[in-house]
Amino acid sequence: MTGTPCRLVRLIMPYVPRMILALLVGFATIASSVGLMATAAHIIASAAYHPPLAALQVAIVGVRFFGIARGVLRYLERYLSHQVTLRLLAHLRVWFYRALEPLAPARLLHYRSGDLLSRIVSDIETLEHFYLRVLAPPGVALLCAVLIGGFIVRYDTLAAIVVLASLLVTGALLPGATRLLSRSPEHQLADARASLAAALVDAIQGLADLLAFNQAPEQHTRLMQLNDHLLQIQARIVRLAALNDALGGLLANLAAAALLIVTVPLVREGRLDGVSLAVLLLATLASFEAVAPLPAAFQQLDNNLAAARRLFEVIDATPAVQDIAPASPQPVDYSLEVQALRFRYAPDAPLALDGITFRVPAGGRVALVGASGSGKTTLVNLLLCFWEYSEGSIRLGGYDLRAYRAEDVRRLIGVVTQYTYLFNGTLRENLLLARPEADETALWHVLETAQLADFVRHLPDELETWIGEQGVRLSGGERQRLAIARVLLRDTPILILDEPTANLDALTERALWHALEVLMRGRTCIIITHRLAALEGVDEVLVLQAGRIVERGHHSELLEHDTLYRRMYRLQTALLA
Amino acid sequence: MNLDRRLLRETRQATPSLLAVALCYWLAGVLLVGQAWVLSQVVAQVFLEGATLHDVMVWLAVFAACAAVRSALVWCGQVAAQHLAGAVKRNLRARFAAQLIALGPAYAQGERSGELATTALEGIETLDAYFGQYLPQLFNAALVPLTFLLLIAPLDPISGILMAVTAPLIPFFMVLIGSQAEQLTRRQWRALRYMGAHFLDVLQGLTTLKVLGRSAEQTETIARISDEYRRRTMAVLRVTFLSALMLEMLATLGTAIVAVEVGLRLLYGSLSFRHAFFVLLLAPEFYMPLRTLGARFHAGVAGATAAQRIYQVLGMPIATPSVEALPAVPRITSVAAEKTSPHVFAAHTPIHFADVHFAYEDGARPALRGVSFDLLPGQKAALVGPSGSGKSTIVQLLLRFIEPQQGSIYVGDVPLVSIDPVWWRTQVAWVPQQPYLLNASVVDNIRLGRPDATIEEVIAAARLAHAETFIRELPEGYDTLIGERGARLSGGQAQRIAIARAFLKDAPLLILDEATSGLDAHHEELLQMSLAQLMHGRTVLVIAHRLTTTQNADVIWVLSGGRIVEYGQHRELLARQGLYYQMATAYGPIQGIA
Repeated sequence: MTGTPCRLVRLIMPYVPRMILALLVGFATIASSVGLMATAAHIIASAAYHPPLAALQVAIVGVRFFGIARGVLRYLERYLSHQVTLRLLAHLRVWFYRALEPLAPARLLHYRSGDLLSRIVSDIETLEHFYLRVLAPPGVALLCAVLIGGFIVRYDTLAAIVVLASLLVTGALLPGATRLLSRSPEHQLADARASLAAALVDAIQGLADLLAFNQAPEQHTRLMQLNDHLLQIQARIVRLAALNDALGGLLANLAAAALLIVTVPLVREGRLDGVSLAVLLLATLASFEAVAPLPAAFQQLDNNLAAARRLFEVIDATPAVQDIAPASPQPVDYSLEVQALRFRYAPDAPLALDGITFRVPAGGRVALVGASGSGKTTLVNLLLCFWEYSEGSIRLGGYDLRAYRAEDVRRLIGVVTQYTYLFNGTLRENLLLARPEADETALWHVLETAQLADFVRHLPDELETWIGEQGVRLSGGERQRLAIARVLLRDTPILILDEPTANLDALTERALWHALEVLMRGRTCIIITHRLAALEGVDEVLVLQAGRIVERGHHSELLEHDTLYRRMYRLQTALLA
Repeated sequence: MNLDRRLLRETRQATPSLLAVALCYWLAGVLLVGQAWVLSQVVAQVFLEGATLHDVMVWLAVFAACAAVRSALVWCGQVAAQHLAGAVKRNLRARFAAQLIALGPAYAQGERSGELATTALEGIETLDAYFGQYLPQLFNAALVPLTFLLLIAPLDPISGILMAVTAPLIPFFMVLIGSQAEQLTRRQWRALRYMGAHFLDVLQGLTTLKVLGRSAEQTETIARISDEYRRRTMAVLRVTFLSALMLEMLATLGTAIVAVEVGLRLLYGSLSFRHAFFVLLLAPEFYMPLRTLGARFHAGVAGATAAQRIYQVLGMPIATPSVEALPAVPRITSVAAEKTSPHVFAAHTPIHFADVHFAYEDGARPALRGVSFDLLPGQKAALVGPSGSGKSTIVQLLLRFIEPQQGSIYVGDVPLVSIDPVWWRTQVAWVPQQPYLLNASVVDNIRLGRPDATIEEVIAAARLAHAETFIRELPEGYDTLIGERGARLSGGQAQRIAIARAFLKDAPLLILDEATSGLDAHHEELLQMSLAQLMHGRTVLVIAHRLTTTQNADVIWVLSGGRIVEYGQHRELLARQGLYYQMATAYGPIQGIA
């Protein structure tokens, strides 16, 4: 069981009983309308013989029954199938998250952009409808075919074969062929849409540049050309889909005609009574309702398989770090020691770290500086156990990092990066993530220390204020203070600052360093920053270039000589706020 | 019933298609009646008159022919509907794009840009289902049952009345229950939206959760919230599905009542079998268009919702003061420009800001509160100030993305508003801080500076911008696609592309938005060299972030809160110990003061 369809089926296994129930109700719904038409035909055909009213009573009750049953069953069917759909959604989300969690963030680097994450979410939403749109229609159609086939075969085998064959062609062969034919235009469609989307994004986000170069009208022309191309492809697809619909309708009618051709002689020969002829005809016409949703199901099958394939691809990666340590040792102190560390992201990738050696004593501070791509963030990723290193060693509190469980390492390290993610929720919820059991006093205490308390007091709902996408928007400085408050709450002995003040203006930045200074007190610190003036009080500055330490020493020492560090510093201090 | 008047007006784009849709669907309905009639003839003859297959073969052939023609009509109807949808979408998208261009970058920038792109693409695509499915089905639901009634009523008035009474109940109940469901949804909207978006939120914050040691336990949270989402959604759906219940109930009960009523009258001999059978055949088909409309209801709602946003954008007023309203000044157009050499014009004419005011969001966010200065030909002027002080507003005004709301900008003696913006922009080269790279090849991106430039000229410009080396290293050199679907360039590389554009454009006025620097000293040196060369011989306005830039500037204007609070040269301003001094010393000891 390795193919995508098999894995998909395994995934939905727990919901099969519910699906079967919904399927049976769905089948009963269509069976009711077949029943309705058949009994109605029975009434009318029998009435033509002018029998006593009592002879029709049963059929009249039947018609009423089926009439009501269909509505009620339809309601039930929709209710049950949506229950299944939403349960499946919850299941898929948990399943996917459980598989994804160990992979983050090492194996998800390519998925960092929000678009790709949104695609994952929409793929899951596609799969959520796997039962409703893919499994249910053919299931119901199959059961209905069995019903109608079984019903007709009691009268005549050939008639049953004729009707079943028509159902098969309308429900499976025709949509199957349509799918095959539209696959290539649909690929083109996806391309055309993507091109149009890219051109639209260019026109909107690049509008200033386009206008400045007087190219906006040209871009408009380009947009309209791409739009026309898209419309042409859509027209092709609609022509195919319409052909499917038209032929489907025609086939239902031809089935009725064929049924008559087979059964009319039977009536003549007395092997079939006239009432049954009318009943068979109307039941057959009604049964085609069951195959009507099948073309859509064929299309959805393709979409679902593609969505499933993409999701499996994401989670099939092996985690970058395998936790093998059964239990973590008790660190002797909170020192960090990196020895001849070498690391590359992939076997064929260049070395991201090439022989790094340094030591941070407990409570000490070491800074890493260098241009982007020099290896600073890689080192942080290794320290946080996001990646496994192969050469050299990292020791935390006297033990090799690998002797610890990754979780326990991260329990010792607090991190403030330039990307502080805030979840949709209240300020309190965002804080409590760091320590769920923290009480009111503790929360306000860390807010004070992070110099955020005044701000929070002025919010409409204080700690209950909604933040994130749907709530109050925080400024860059406020976000970072919140991140500081989180780390304060966790109270970790080791602290990593990874560009905590990037993208802030100079005045905000200065103020933030005061808060960071409080945070750093008494903790073992690794500091990455481009703000070199902040490094005066650091024990040792390591200047990285292409994965190597090219210069090291105290801030003031490094400035005394003609160093790379001094050039960077000059560049930096030559900036205006 | 989701019949947006404005959307309906859009169908004027393709009136023939609209008529074709209506005609095809209607004729298909008429043929359906014919088929039912033929079928009832056949059954009646075989059943009651003992006809042989041979006797009814002709009828069966007619039946098949009707079916074939009807299928053709169904095909034509759908194709015509698609044609209609295509014409509407084409026109709307053209107008939408034109409107966005007219509104300018001040409107379409930042967070709104993503939403606008989605509206322009997905929002307008939603109308596909509206015009391609919902609207035709609406015709179908209006025309076909009515036709049936007109044909059935003379044959069998009682059935006709029954159908005429039950049919309108369907839309009535649908609207009634629909609005109930809508209210229910609206009440739950925020909670449903939050819970619906929760999963994406967790995925986006996964690294944060991991660092905080909270990622593993999120499984329970996701399960709990998804479950809560299911319960609440089902509560809404329980009501929503009532409309499906009513729909099916009315349609099937309608058919059932007609069947019983027709059967009874047949029993008492007041109706012939062929009429009765005919009515029975048509009864389900009579309700079918209304049921299908119910299934398409969602397309109607989605289309009407998308239309709201589309027309909201299309209805935005474009804030350009009309040139006609200005005092009589010579209007300089591109025709006049041909006579005046660009360099002669702008390179020798001062630009004068006279008490310029500007506010965003209808005056809610003032950006400039009376700014006056003179930019002399050949001068290098620097604008400095904290973020939000109005620097970029001045650039936007000079690029004519916006116009002063009070006060004026003059080029020589001519108000800038009276100059054709297209011509004016040929005079200005702009190097933004974060240049936008089009989803196109490198060469096309540089050619933005001058679309008719030869490849040699493009390469020469790239060389001057010190971009040559990294471009050569790209997989396909100058032909490499960049942007979302191609190679990604770093911020510094993007900047050098923008400088190449400016070299290629070779305009007399240069507006430069200096980037705040990283720590790559080598890159920085190259950048400074390119910029020095680019500035040479031009009038330059630079939003400065570097002391080296301000030290070399002929004049520095210090902006704060939309006003010029200080101006002068570097040393004079330092001596004043004002805002400029604070900014210059913010990043540590001042370097480079001789």
